[in-house]
Amino acid sequence: MTARDLIPIAVLTILAALLPLAVTSSPVLNFLVFMLIVALGAQGWNILGGFGGQFSFGHAAFFGTGAYVTAILQLRYGVNAWAGLVLATAAGAAVGWVIGFLSFRSGLRGSYFALVTLAFAEVLRILANAASFTGGAAGLLIKLDVRAANLQFADRAVFYWLVLALVAAVLLLTRWIQRSRFGAQLVAVRENEDAAKALGVNSLTVKLRAIALSGGVTALSGCLYAQYFLYIDANIAYGSWISVELLLAPIIGGVGTVFGPVVGALTLHGLGEVAKQFAGRIPGIDLIVFGGVLVLAVAFARGGILGLLERLRDRGRGVMARGSKEVSHAGR
Amino acid sequence: MYSPQIILEAALNGLMTGAVYALIALGLTLIYGVLHIINFAHGALLTCAMFAVWIAWAWLGMDPYLAILPLVPLMFALGYGLQRFVIGPASHGDDGNILLVTLGLSIVLENVLLALFQSDTRTLDTDYSFQVVALGPLLLSYPRLIGLGVAVVVTGLLWLVLNRTDTGKAIRAVAKEKLGANLVGIDVPHVYAVTFGLGCACLAVAAGLLMPTFYVNPRIGGAFVLVAFTVVVLGGMGSLPGALLGGLFIGVVESLCGLFLGDSLGQIGIFLIFIAVLLVRPTGLFGAKA
Repeated sequence: MTARDLIPIAVLTILAALLPLAVTSSPVLNFLVFMLIVALGAQGWNILGGFGGQFSFGHAAFFGTGAYVTAILQLRYGVNAWAGLVLATAAGAAVGWVIGFLSFRSGLRGSYFALVTLAFAEVLRILANAASFTGGAAGLLIKLDVRAANLQFADRAVFYWLVLALVAAVLLLTRWIQRSRFGAQLVAVRENEDAAKALGVNSLTVKLRAIALSGGVTALSGCLYAQYFLYIDANIAYGSWISVELLLAPIIGGVGTVFGPVVGALTLHGLGEVAKQFAGRIPGIDLIVFGGVLVLAVAFARGGILGLLERLRDRGRGVMARGSKEVSHAGR
Repeated sequence: MYSPQIILEAALNGLMTGAVYALIALGLTLIYGVLHIINFAHGALLTCAMFAVWIAWAWLGMDPYLAILPLVPLMFALGYGLQRFVIGPASHGDDGNILLVTLGLSIVLENVLLALFQSDTRTLDTDYSFQVVALGPLLLSYPRLIGLGVAVVVTGLLWLVLNRTDTGKAIRAVAKEKLGANLVGIDVPHVYAVTFGLGCACLAVAAGLLMPTFYVNPRIGGAFVLVAFTVVVLGGMGSLPGALLGGLFIGVVESLCGLFLGDSLGQIGIFLIFIAVLLVRPTGLFGAKA
């Protein structure tokens, strides 16, 4: 990674970190924290779906695992919340590896992979909803005990900075993946798995690494969700809403790009809030907007918002100098 | 622990629920077989059809079975239009895109229904909702028995349409070889839209059969669509007899799992079968090739 890779990430993170100094209203901070948690989970989806081309429709499996592992460790075993955060991430990676091992070994691709991930998430949801160990349908309530050692903060801004730092860390991780040999192999598998295999890429290993990383990052976001809202149940943690959210953000923002998931999450939730302001109390209005934006993005903006911006930039440059397209693609 | 009679009754009731699953899966598998797409909007479209049946009953006083008759052409038109003017143009013929467009559509449809009808659960009651038919020592639900009969008839009709009519021949040609079909003068986008319309028409029938004993709310489609995916994968994507048998089988599995494991775990058997089939034999029991 070069300075050119790091500077945009650093600048954006610092700018975002200054926000709580200007905004102190708690609904706005709540909104920002929730949006960043979604962005973090979406970054996880993007590692597998964006770079690896394996579209998962069941990332709730990882999000929920992260949320439940940390909640159960704290409630039942008295484990420290920070340790819970680490273990939840590891558990998410392990679940990712297992799901990946089962489905990639059987050669599932495309729609079949999408369906099997959906089914795994559903199985986990039903189990979590039925077992008393996971609190059943009543869910789990993490005890309110505001201390930094418990990963609970009196000031919402502190939590915001924590999530922001993790989002930034995953931005760096994604950038590193993009520049690494592993990333190149992952993209090769996405573009043409058979060709990648013929060139000596062990596609199973590459995909397993991707899904484990992806599961870990998304579990981290689930853990933060549980820690921020202090309550989870099966329909929140393993619900299909989160699978959809985590897939929408990268696709709207720019699938397979470093900043795509963050841009997408910000855009979607921004639009959702605007729609709520305009339409008032109509239930589900923000989701109508999400669905509509998804259809429009697929129809008119393949590559999402970032892809659209890039095309505009290319068009601008193309007038001055032909051939700049390759340069801008390499720098993406 | 359970008397054989209870188990048999549960199995038969499952068989009859399975008939409706089969009808829903029939539409899904037809669309998959021809367009090679997984229609994520299937559940939301079923919810639309169920609301339509409910409206026909609540506002017009129409019998749910009777409501099937006008609803079939309506749902056909809706499906035709969606494929022709939204899904087809928006997805540029790419599989991943179609998955996303239908997902987007399902989110929009579901939440428009939520905005219109709120999240209340609605039921309708008819004279025959709780009527039972005695078969020897077994008591069978009358509306479900009708559901079973109609599902078998509709599968037969669909088979006839596909195998005995020119439209059916065109549909099969497009399913086998899109480019070749285009070359001999078949209007492929039209056939796609007709297929999608037929798939939706199946949902109209399913909705009419479900409503006398079931309830509707804007999110109900999701529960059915996952089951329908399972049926389709189990029966082999694109196979009509596979969908019918798969549906009946899944209905029995769900009913027996519900009996032995309790209601909250009843559906787990379905998903475990789903995962197992996907992992071991993704072509299903009746599917030709991957």
